[in-house]
Amino acid sequence: HCCLGVKTLSMKLNAAHPISEQSDPLSLSGRSRGAIISQYYNRTMQLRRRRQSRPAIRDFSRSARPSIRGYGMEVDSTDAEVSKRDRLVNNLQNLSVSDRVRMLRGMPLSVAEKTLQKEKHTLSGSQIPCCSQLKYYIIIGARHSWYSWLNFLHSLQLWQVALKTVSGRFGTGVLSYFLFLKTLLFFNFFLFLVTGAFMVLPQAVHPPVLPAGRSSFSGLELLTGAGYFSDTVMYYGYYSNYTLRKSCRDDGGVQNVSLSNGTRLDCVSKHLSYNMPLAYFFTIGVAFFITCIILVYSMSKSFGQSFRIDKSHSILAMKVLCSWDFKVIKKTSVKLMSENISTQLKELLAEVNQKHVKNTACQKLWRLMVHGLAWTICIGSTTACVLAIYYFSGSRIADNNLLLTEASLLALPVVVSLINLLLPGLFNLAAWMEDYESPSVRTYVAICRNLMLKVSVLGLLCYHWLGRVACWESFVGQELYRFLLMDFIFTLLDTLFGEFLWRLFSEKVLKRRRKPVFDIARNVLELIYGQTLAWLGVLFTPLLPAVQIIKLFLLFYIKKSSVMMNCQAPRKPYRVSQMTTVFITLLCFPSFLGASVCVTITMWSITPSSSCGPFRELKTMFQAGKRWVEELEKDNPNLSVLARAHSYLVENPFFLFVGAGIFLIVIYFHSQVVDGQRKIISLLQEQIENEGEDKKFLITRLQSIHEKKRTPARRLTSQVSLCCSGALQQLFLSKAKTISITWPPLSSYVFFFIYFSFRTSAVEIPTSSRQASSVL
Amino acid sequence: MGTTASQLGKDLLSEYQELTFLTKQEILLAHKRFTELLTKDEKDLPNTRVPAERILTLPELKSNPFRKRICHVFSTSEQKDGSLTFEDFLDLLSAFSDSATLEIKSHYAFRIFDFDDDGTLDCGDLEKLVNCLTGETDETRLTTEEMRQLINNILEESDIDKDGTVNLSEFQHVISRSPDFVSSFKIVL
Repeated sequence: HCCLGVKTLSMKLNAAHPISEQSDPLSLSGRSRGAIISQYYNRTMQLRRRRQSRPAIRDFSRSARPSIRGYGMEVDSTDAEVSKRDRLVNNLQNLSVSDRVRMLRGMPLSVAEKTLQKEKHTLSGSQIPCCSQLKYYIIIGARHSWYSWLNFLHSLQLWQVALKTVSGRFGTGVLSYFLFLKTLLFFNFFLFLVTGAFMVLPQAVHPPVLPAGRSSFSGLELLTGAGYFSDTVMYYGYYSNYTLRKSCRDDGGVQNVSLSNGTRLDCVSKHLSYNMPLAYFFTIGVAFFITCIILVYSMSKSFGQSFRIDKSHSILAMKVLCSWDFKVIKKTSVKLMSENISTQLKELLAEVNQKHVKNTACQKLWRLMVHGLAWTICIGSTTACVLAIYYFSGSRIADNNLLLTEASLLALPVVVSLINLLLPGLFNLAAWMEDYESPSVRTYVAICRNLMLKVSVLGLLCYHWLGRVACWESFVGQELYRFLLMDFIFTLLDTLFGEFLWRLFSEKVLKRRRKPVFDIARNVLELIYGQTLAWLGVLFTPLLPAVQIIKLFLLFYIKKSSVMMNCQAPRKPYRVSQMTTVFITLLCFPSFLGASVCVTITMWSITPSSSCGPFRELKTMFQAGKRWVEELEKDNPNLSVLARAHSYLVENPFFLFVGAGIFLIVIYFHSQVVDGQRKIISLLQEQIENEGEDKKFLITRLQSIHEKKRTPARRLTSQVSLCCSGALQQLFLSKAKTISITWPPLSSYVFFFIYFSFRTSAVEIPTSSRQASSVL
Repeated sequence: MGTTASQLGKDLLSEYQELTFLTKQEILLAHKRFTELLTKDEKDLPNTRVPAERILTLPELKSNPFRKRICHVFSTSEQKDGSLTFEDFLDLLSAFSDSATLEIKSHYAFRIFDFDDDGTLDCGDLEKLVNCLTGETDETRLTTEEMRQLINNILEESDIDKDGTVNLSEFQHVISRSPDFVSSFKIVL
């Protein structure tokens, strides 16, 4: 059905749209339909050559020169009169299905020109050289199921309409915040599924024996997470440290008897058993590992999309040609965007055309002092807050009233959230005092300072929590639950005061025309902070991802309504790809890495508490895995290989060092390659400029000679120009080929750029252009 | 070949999926929105061509300063009046979709910005482009002097072979340096 479609493509093209082969290569600068078809014919030819494996040399007759071996493409029915179009169709037919679809989609022709005709053509067997009928149907079926799976995924898209409304009004910058929120939601959903399926569900189905004196439910639990919730499946302490078995319960309602890992009991079940400690350990480990892989992959993809080798030169051209955001559809927003672009263009013009004024030594010193003062303020306030938290967390309010004691647990989270809310405002004031010229430097400095604050606060809290109280894991879990909740409540308050009331204030009192700007960076950092807390807490509170999911869900709707009512898009140019890459990197490196380092240290070296939890009698949590491997080895001596591999790979840090070393070497190599390519690009650019100059010079000289002597000079002109363009084209092609081995996308741009620049510069010498293209 | 009554056949749907960058839901939504633009008589005719004025009532295009150029570029009519059939409409959405390649987007962007359709962006095209970007009001428009400076700077930065115009490869070269182009050159129904 797809093969025949391509065959009818040519008929459709021939019949309905008689394309005049444009003899003038300049029309649409070589982008006429004929030129597009030529270009895609060449591309399909290259693709076919690449896809076919080289046949053995001995299969060729001796007389065949190596350069004209078409790798089996002599079977093509190449009639001399067959036009380019038919050859393109022929090429397309001989490609594999996925290649063909990709080529067809990528051709900048209209659908009407690519459309199939309704008549079915029967395919002769020779049309499918490689597959039998069955294989063909299997491939078609697989592709259909892949398309249906993609459609299903696409239909599951969350919040499509809401995101479109936001982007229609504010553009791509503010949209990136909401997309980031959606990404975090999926991470938490994945974590929730994994922990729910492997940890929460089995334990909920087999509840352990609970200690007496459980408190009843009072409303405060939702805020503090303690009380009624502390003996539920929510926290670490609830989980059993034995293997869950099913049968003992069914025999006359006998209580589930606890088994330690070594002893046997009389009611050994024939049903499946579930080793809880092992499941707990492995689930957390595997969940973190998969999250790490997904994060690193999305970070590298985002980095690849946003990284550009050569950034400096074409600011104005980029601003004019690339900055219009087609997503914005609301009329007032379009007007606002036009105003912003106009302002930015005027500023850029003034900057570019002005001589850069050098600062005197006095001014430099002054600026240095101002920067130093700002940094001192920031670091000083951070240290002060950290010390305050340290002393505050040391003190504990003990009272007779149980409710008050419970409520006092909320004091520390409130203090920390308050600090997280107020201190960034102080940092903003310091930045305003410093008055940075470039907005991106300003954003990076702000991110740096906020990060410093949050990392030191979290670091102090981690140190404070470890190993203090009996059953400290549940306590840590509860603390993290409280922190997460308080963070949410304070974000709500901040939205209310910072955005809603501030807008009313600025409109009514300050009489400003514009609404306050939505600060994307600060909001994204808050999201990252919340996610760090969630990742820290998964080990101690397996249901924390569920809490985070509910929080993110509510946050989406609240932020969306607040943004629509109260804010406007940022006025300064906001580089979306770059900032998205920065945020994903921040999510991966300080946030996830910090959380996983904490969790790893906890699992590896800290003694679990002896009164609760699934690792009660073990020295470290890691012992659960080790013990299981030892048991396996005991039961089945053949698996000693596994045990030894486990001890070498997992316990020995040497392997990690070697892996990290290899990684660093590969990164260094790639960075050197990129540097080399940068140099090649600048050299090529120079050469192209020089070539243009040379051509102009030659043409003027030869035209002046032509004025004097008519006929012989004309032949001379064409010959000289041909040899110039041909030779230099060869040189550039060879240079471009070396790049294409190392970096395909960049090379293809440079390559086609050179090719087309020669096509157009050959306008002055029409006789040589066809010959020049044949050289290529 | 084109849309007949109100339903898209399954074959046609999968064919459009292969030839464009749109998913099935997007094609069906496009079909729904397109048929809303048709009058009662036109709904029964196959392959109707909707005049540009009606296409420009779509909210996604209504306020876009490049709307007339977009209709002109994607139109396949002989009269060059900017009218679109359903397949032209799909072409439009496919070029502006999420999964379209940079090459397709830059190709169509070049054609949209080429106001006089001569295959290159010369000073006149660039001037019209900047005026579209900066809007209608007098305070946002650039003065003649600023415009001249701006166009000189643009040509200096992007015209590498120094012929006074920006051709497609030079345009693509500039575009490839801006990572935000792909995300901003999008229209979603």
